[in-house]
Amino acid sequence: MKILVCISHVPDTTAKINFTNGDTEFDANGVQFVINPNDEFGLTRAIWFKEQAGATVTVVNVGGPDAEATLRKALAIGADEAIRVNTAPTDGFFVAKQLAEVVKNGGYDLVIAGKESLDYNGAMVPGMLAGLTGYDFVNGCIKLDINGSDVTAVREIDGGKETISAKLPLVIAGQKGLVEEKDLRIPNMRGIMQARTKALTILEPVAASATTKAVKFEKPAPKSAVKLISPDNLDELVNLLHNEAKVI
Amino acid sequence: MSILIYAESAEGKFKKTAFELASYAKKIASETGTTVTAVTINVSDASALAAYGVDKALNVNIDKLKAFNAKAYADVIKQAAAKESSKFVLFSSNTDSLYIAPLVAVGLEAGYASNVVGLPQSIAPLQVRRHAFSNKAFTVTEITTDVKVLAIGKNSFGLVESASALTQEDFAPSLNDNDFTVKVESSEKVSGKVTIADAEIVVSGGRGLKGPENWGILEDLATALGAATACSKPVSDLGWRPHSEHVGQTGKPVASNLYIALGISGAIQHIAGINSSKVKVVINSDADAPFFKVADYGVVGDIFEIVPKLTEKIKAFKAQNS
Repeated sequence: MKILVCISHVPDTTAKINFTNGDTEFDANGVQFVINPNDEFGLTRAIWFKEQAGATVTVVNVGGPDAEATLRKALAIGADEAIRVNTAPTDGFFVAKQLAEVVKNGGYDLVIAGKESLDYNGAMVPGMLAGLTGYDFVNGCIKLDINGSDVTAVREIDGGKETISAKLPLVIAGQKGLVEEKDLRIPNMRGIMQARTKALTILEPVAASATTKAVKFEKPAPKSAVKLISPDNLDELVNLLHNEAKVI
Repeated sequence: MSILIYAESAEGKFKKTAFELASYAKKIASETGTTVTAVTINVSDASALAAYGVDKALNVNIDKLKAFNAKAYADVIKQAAAKESSKFVLFSSNTDSLYIAPLVAVGLEAGYASNVVGLPQSIAPLQVRRHAFSNKAFTVTEITTDVKVLAIGKNSFGLVESASALTQEDFAPSLNDNDFTVKVESSEKVSGKVTIADAEIVVSGGRGLKGPENWGILEDLATALGAATACSKPVSDLGWRPHSEHVGQTGKPVASNLYIALGISGAIQHIAGINSSKVKVVINSDADAPFFKVADYGVVGDIFEIVPKLTEKIKAFKAQNS
């Protein structure tokens, strides 16, 4: 089974968010970048298939040279090879178009992407990728089992979960729950050493247009200070929630 | 050229988000001199949509669509959009809607903006404000295609009543076997409890509760408020509460009207996930807990004393006001 894991290179969860260039660009200065957390669950599951069923695991990122450190980390975690499509990830559709080309050329059986990335929160690339490649699609996947070309997946639904059957080839959008947090693979020394010699191929992008553009970024309005209520005066809290906030 | 909305339903009844979506669509329709059409699946009576400005409901009555199927539902909506020559196709941010929206966008060659906050800042060019960077910022995004798909962020636009004369039509899209290659085998729902996704109020607990055996005080408060229960990541990782209650950046997002955090210090990742809640109340014994910086209301003190008292006050308030 050939698995393609799509990796986004995103600011660390604790990064301070600032904008530059007249608020039209994210200010990456001094920001630590990591593998998008939702992608990590998919990557660990892919490595599991590699170990249990001899699958091959390719990781792919659409991005500039700065994304290579993140791809090397994915290789250190256990992926066999990496691909970087050399272009800025301008919008979700553009990224999906680039990934669709990689999928078509590589003949992958299973494509795993993260349900949503922490930076632009589009939650659209996996679905668009499925639409563009014609592969079936399972979103919000929290369990994935494969037997030959038969797939049993569980997806998270509002208030519960749904068990689904499908066939390869398939795109799944992974999230927390696909593997347990404690089972996430992290790079060890051996993995890091091996990552240095694994193939990282750079591909030029195919012609495609974005269908949206970010006009500008805004930070939220500064918050007014918290209203502290004494523990001896909880009546006041109930009163404020009812009359001022109007939430009860 | 009507504004098309996917009015999500369960067991023949519309979800609340369908009415919010209708309200939003009506505003755009008014601005663009057009009408609102809703696509409904297996809903025999769509008249509830009339109060919120929907002019036409296209109901699809197909047995095979009784179980959710993203590809088939997307195909239905694509065909409805083509029939209506819609320039706008709107979705809510419910789980199933977010599953379908990107498929519809690709099918219609339409640009797609998700997590949209509020009405568009401009219609031509179409510019919308959306959440980004895990609720730490907003982007103003322009959709440059002729047809535009929007997913409206949870709780970001209220209900606006606008009585319409609603016509209901049967719509028969053409579907084929290829639409049904992904099948639902079974589903499990936690019955009776309000879900975090649908809840207007969420009561959440952190390590300050000291152990799973102490969760009773939180559950009592949640019951008194008719709220969903949630927890922080450490609590979920420790196994004190089920994973499904974990809210935060890598857990479920919360966009309720009220979020009450008990014994949660307020790590950045937790706040990022719950930041779309309208009103935040923090109760913690540590006056320096970072969560107080983003709270609207706060109480510093012993949660084991405060929470039961608060529950009594809420019960009394509800009794008075019912």
